[in-house]
Amino acid sequence: MPANNLKEIKDNYDKQYANITKKIIICAGTGCVSSGSMKVFEAFKTELAKRNLNVCLKISEGCREIYLSKSGCQGFCQQGPLLSIGDTFYTKVKDTDVVELIEKSVLKDEVVERLLYKNPADGKQYKTTAEIPFYKKQTRFLLQDCGRINPEDINEYISNGGYESARKAIAEMSDAEICNFMLDAGLKGRGGAGFPTGKKWDLTRQSKGHKKYVICNADEGDPGAFMDRSIMEGNPHSVVEGMIIAAKAIGADEGYIYVRMEYPLAVTRIKTAVREAREIGILGKGIFGTKYNFDINIMEGAGAFVCGEETALIASVEGARGMPRPKPPFPAVSGLFGKPTVINNVETLANIGKIMAVGAQEFRKMGTKNAPGTKTFALTGHVANTGLVEVPFGTTLREIVNEIAGGTTGEDGSPDQEAFKAVQIGGPSGGCLTKEHLDMPIEYDTLKAAGAMVGSGGLVVMNKTTCMPSIAKFFMGFTQNESCGKCVSCREGTKQMLSMLTDITEGKADDKTMHTLEDLANVVKVSSLCGLGKSAPQPVLSTLRYFRNEYNEHIQNKNCPAGACKALAKYTIDPAKCVGCTACKRACPVGAITGEVKKPHAVDKAKCIKCGACMKACKFNAISVGG
Amino acid sequence: MSVEKLSDVIAILNEYDNNPSKLIPILQKVQHKYNYLPEDAMTFVANSLGIPPAKVFGVATFFSHFSITPKGKHIIKICDGTACHVKKSEGIINAVQNKLGLNAQKHTTDDFNFTLECVSCLGACGIAPVVVIDEEVHPQMTPEKVTALIDEVAKKEAQNAGK
Amino acid sequence: MTANTENKGFVYVEGKKVAIENEKNLLEVIRKAQIELPTFCYHSELSVYGACRLCLVDIEGMGIQASCSIAPKDGMKVTVHNSQIREMRKTNIELLLAAGHHNCTTCVKTGMCKLQDIAKKLGIKEVRFKQNTEVKERNTSSHALVRDPEKCVLCGDCIRMCSEVQGIGVIDFVNRGSKTEVLPAFGKNLDDVECINCGQCVRICPTGALTSKSEVSHIWQDIWNPGKKVAVQVAPAVRVALGEMYGLKEGENTTGLIVTALRMLGFDYVYDTSYSADLTIFEEVNEFIGRFEKGEKLPLFTSCCPGWIKHAEHCYPELLENVSSCKSPQQMLASAIKESFVQEGGKREDISVVSVMPCTAKKFEAKRPEFSKDGDFDVSNVLTTMELARMIDEKGIKFLELEPSAFDMPFGFKTGAGIIFGAAGGVTEAVVRFVLGKVAPEADYKPITKVLHESKSLKEMEVDLGGGKKVRIAAVNGLKNAQNLIADIKSGKKQYDFVEIMACPNGCVGGAGQPAITGRENMKQRSEGLYSIDDQVQLHKSQDNHYIAELYKNLVGEVGGKKAHEMFHTHYHSRQRIKLKPEEAKGKTNINVCFGSSCVANGAKKLYQETRQLVKEKGVDAKVHMTPSFCYEKCTRGPVVKINDAIIEKADAKKVAAELDKQVKK
Repeated sequence: MPANNLKEIKDNYDKQYANITKKIIICAGTGCVSSGSMKVFEAFKTELAKRNLNVCLKISEGCREIYLSKSGCQGFCQQGPLLSIGDTFYTKVKDTDVVELIEKSVLKDEVVERLLYKNPADGKQYKTTAEIPFYKKQTRFLLQDCGRINPEDINEYISNGGYESARKAIAEMSDAEICNFMLDAGLKGRGGAGFPTGKKWDLTRQSKGHKKYVICNADEGDPGAFMDRSIMEGNPHSVVEGMIIAAKAIGADEGYIYVRMEYPLAVTRIKTAVREAREIGILGKGIFGTKYNFDINIMEGAGAFVCGEETALIASVEGARGMPRPKPPFPAVSGLFGKPTVINNVETLANIGKIMAVGAQEFRKMGTKNAPGTKTFALTGHVANTGLVEVPFGTTLREIVNEIAGGTTGEDGSPDQEAFKAVQIGGPSGGCLTKEHLDMPIEYDTLKAAGAMVGSGGLVVMNKTTCMPSIAKFFMGFTQNESCGKCVSCREGTKQMLSMLTDITEGKADDKTMHTLEDLANVVKVSSLCGLGKSAPQPVLSTLRYFRNEYNEHIQNKNCPAGACKALAKYTIDPAKCVGCTACKRACPVGAITGEVKKPHAVDKAKCIKCGACMKACKFNAISVGG
Repeated sequence: MSVEKLSDVIAILNEYDNNPSKLIPILQKVQHKYNYLPEDAMTFVANSLGIPPAKVFGVATFFSHFSITPKGKHIIKICDGTACHVKKSEGIINAVQNKLGLNAQKHTTDDFNFTLECVSCLGACGIAPVVVIDEEVHPQMTPEKVTALIDEVAKKEAQNAGK
Repeated sequence: MTANTENKGFVYVEGKKVAIENEKNLLEVIRKAQIELPTFCYHSELSVYGACRLCLVDIEGMGIQASCSIAPKDGMKVTVHNSQIREMRKTNIELLLAAGHHNCTTCVKTGMCKLQDIAKKLGIKEVRFKQNTEVKERNTSSHALVRDPEKCVLCGDCIRMCSEVQGIGVIDFVNRGSKTEVLPAFGKNLDDVECINCGQCVRICPTGALTSKSEVSHIWQDIWNPGKKVAVQVAPAVRVALGEMYGLKEGENTTGLIVTALRMLGFDYVYDTSYSADLTIFEEVNEFIGRFEKGEKLPLFTSCCPGWIKHAEHCYPELLENVSSCKSPQQMLASAIKESFVQEGGKREDISVVSVMPCTAKKFEAKRPEFSKDGDFDVSNVLTTMELARMIDEKGIKFLELEPSAFDMPFGFKTGAGIIFGAAGGVTEAVVRFVLGKVAPEADYKPITKVLHESKSLKEMEVDLGGGKKVRIAAVNGLKNAQNLIADIKSGKKQYDFVEIMACPNGCVGGAGQPAITGRENMKQRSEGLYSIDDQVQLHKSQDNHYIAELYKNLVGEVGGKKAHEMFHTHYHSRQRIKLKPEEAKGKTNINVCFGSSCVANGAKKLYQETRQLVKEKGVDAKVHMTPSFCYEKCTRGPVVKINDAIIEKADAKKVAAELDKQVKK
């Protein structure tokens, strides 16, 4: 089928789809696959076949009755494997549930209630995703098709209106028109800094040169972020479409997708998407039946967080160590192989086709004036519902944490609103926010002012068992490990900050350590070469800003209020509970526990090495560890 | 360098037209073949691409996926990303290290059956903490579950060895 | 409007108006305004790296920026020093001090180390950060260079110098983050990789992380050994640079002072390498004329530069037969000194020859096994210009106060031609003077040549020998430039009869043994210094050095004769990167495909796979044992395939198929 007739593809698809009476969608995102969704898929295949039912796995000539489809990530990973039969949405489905599901839900339109989603907060059950609070409060503009369409079938993407924007851009719009449209829409880069996409394109468009490149930055390295992975797994064609439009806007004929190797499924899906697009003339020479050429190479990253930085990414595509170089020159002027290059992240690119389809004005209705549109967040940590969510800019943290995520959870995993302590936004470049920020509308500028950043959108909720200096240490450990080692400030600065944070959490620090740490953080923030180094001190600075008392507790009283720092832990035996069984005394490897049989025992704090063996040995809950 | 190895490396180089900018995918393929980057293969790659061996070595030691020493037969990846970390992935790492007699410096068991890698994020945060054994993702792990998984792999390994 | 025109072409550095000329970056403009911003990683001859974070400035509207990576713009207002910048510089220096073990008192670089200098200027009295406890070992395995990773600030200057200027890239960064190190490939020793010992990395290293390997202690021992005579020879380039160690300008001639100082140090004979430079001209021109008349093995490449020689052995094995077989002047003179000593009844091992060189590669050259006899090296030890200064200082000699004196004869006599060897293009000019002097003995020594092209790194000339004979000559300096020239020669784009190659930019005056105090030494002045000595001496053509005529008469015999070959010529061998020993299987047809670099360049890899295919197609798999191998040293006639004993040159699939049929039938 020639790509210049998308309508024909759509009509043909719709015609065949009309014969389908039941659609079963099984989530085939990384989360659900690891929970066993492929076993469920296979069970469906076998059981449906046993019943001599007509099943098709891909919409094609002669399809009828049942369409058994795999989808990309539906976002609600924690509840996986996810499955929908018609409108009914099932969670935590096992292969052993399949027979019952077929008998009741597929053949008779009955609902298998025990597999419906049950809200942990109030125990209420919901039948469709539209009703579930997790989905209900979201605005799924970008993720609309993610988890609904089959990511490995280009026809399904096209039949949902896909590639129409790309066709229009290639066949009907000039490069300047596309850039102007993007400026009107006001889309800002979703990869971190929030640079206006239209402006970036326009700068690259105006750079002189016959050869230009579009790069899709899919090196999503932030620990605790998986938005880009989900998009690539769930709707890879939306990324390809965005790249085609970007290519036309700047005059590029070659593109690269730089994707993390840790995402094997995303790699496969994106490779399939590129192959499919090439087969029907959406990529390659003379795309959409025009004279325009554009093709995409896929490169798998080899494991370096710093390659999310655009100049480091370029170095790595060129076959070198992924070390950033000073800017200017910006990639818009001199990028890949010295040619003008646009680098956009996955989420930015996935937005483009959609925005063109709805129009700039419609897009601007979502979000705020400064930040139109929606943002996806990877919602994780101590909350009832974890997963991938999409909300308009301007949404408050409270709405996300309490309504979508179903509230904070306590130590045992059950809902506990009081347990809320902090939200970490923006990964190792971001910062920790507190209760007082819960009603702040989320946007590039507000977050920056509060000492965090949108970053790529990792959002980790932390409860009271989390120690903030330890969290700062965790991120510093990450950055220090991922520092490329080029500039002095970042290479040595992160190492020294990590060492000081370690001292603080181990009770080896004094007031001078705090001063030096803060001074150093402020130097590294300004004097580092690239964004990674410049933002590396953020977790320290933001926790110092909002949780200074907790640092002081560690330093002055050698006490960890969250009880998380092992070196500061104080094991005590409650004489009221201790029965004198001597189990702890026998378990202690250093003989720090004394006491006579059948009399309360005690821990000698000077000898104690805080291994916790006593606590494990005690059968009477008499030993507690406190800060 | 053996004939087979040379043939393999030549085939990989040809696949990428001996293009020096494709150094990383070339090394990825070589590593995929040998599960590490042998020195002679790296030297041959450098010669063929017309770049200094020092540069190839520099690239090989920069990226965390490349290994210049042989890895074990089974790769255990433990995610220590933020989401997994706040859900106590550290305990899982300790459990695996204890189980296999490994530590922060030693990543591969003496019998070359297992290599432990701590990775910063596998993007499966919704089902944290996560462990990946030989490409298979295991969700919501605990120290007990992960040691059981390792036992299973080791058992199979022993059975195969017995045959 | 007025403000704009007023600012056009200017920036404001600390309120002072400074014109933007051709500066690529703000740092250069600031330095022009006589403010020496500290840097480790910025060098005008290398690419901008932006890693040391010391050249930070505050630009109005842009905030703190590294001035090396900012292009100067009209009207820019720049502050180079304020409280924030000071704090950042101090912090960055403290971080570096905490990261390594600098041990200044025992470091050879002390007093010339940038880290020490900047720390001193910033008044750092205390390091707030924890000292790194890991200690990385010093590597002294190379004959010429010492690496001390503890003193490395990872500015990458050495790496960029080695790859960008010298075109070799033997060292690179290894690992990342705080584990980053600068190492040769696979962490090997420098002697085991393609390092040519040129030491340009040493010259540019801001700290003591890369230094030349000092042999000073051995030399003292020889001097104090009563049973030993010690001769010393001084290379031309040394005399116009040593003064810099004592505050003199680049290019100032200190020949007389050096001779006096060397005698005071205790050397028995003080000779001049310029003498053997003249001698080299005799042998090399003779060799060249022979080839030129026959039209074979051209162009002839010079062989004075040990860096270039080692590079040719690594990377151009196919060109080795084009390289002059003449030893370098250092080795020729040592041969002459030792031979004469023996002729006069002395024992070879009772005299040792020390040379003072502008060069670190000479240390390696002196240790080449072919330049020794029964373990006794012709040149026992090599001193760099800077190491000589250290010996002078150690003995407490007040160099500038000395009375000049003259070299010992006969090996202290030279013509101007021998002096200018130290400047880039000098060897070529000496050759031309010699050749034209033969054609027209009465003509001015300043040669009349047609200069076709001249740049800083390359000079191309044509010399008319009369009778329609024209010699095409090129002189190139800087190894990367030499590589480019060789590529042009190989592709046929350029044709020459004689090519002078000097590995170091600017030739020997720019060698790594020369003083590198500021890192921005004026090499042009040093070269001019040599030419002004040439102006001052009486004779200018090597053939006018009558002491050389005497040497041939009394000791050597004929120019280019048997004895001359023994004493003054040498041979080269290729140094392969990949060692592939051909494996043989008994009772089978053995096929070896050469994988030497030039065979690979000529398509050995493709041929290897074709041959494998061929073996399969012919169904002789079981009878054939096929291995890659290295190297049949037929580099000009590759790819080479050996089937049993038959060697196929310029092999292709057809030739291999035919030979295979023949051999399998046997």
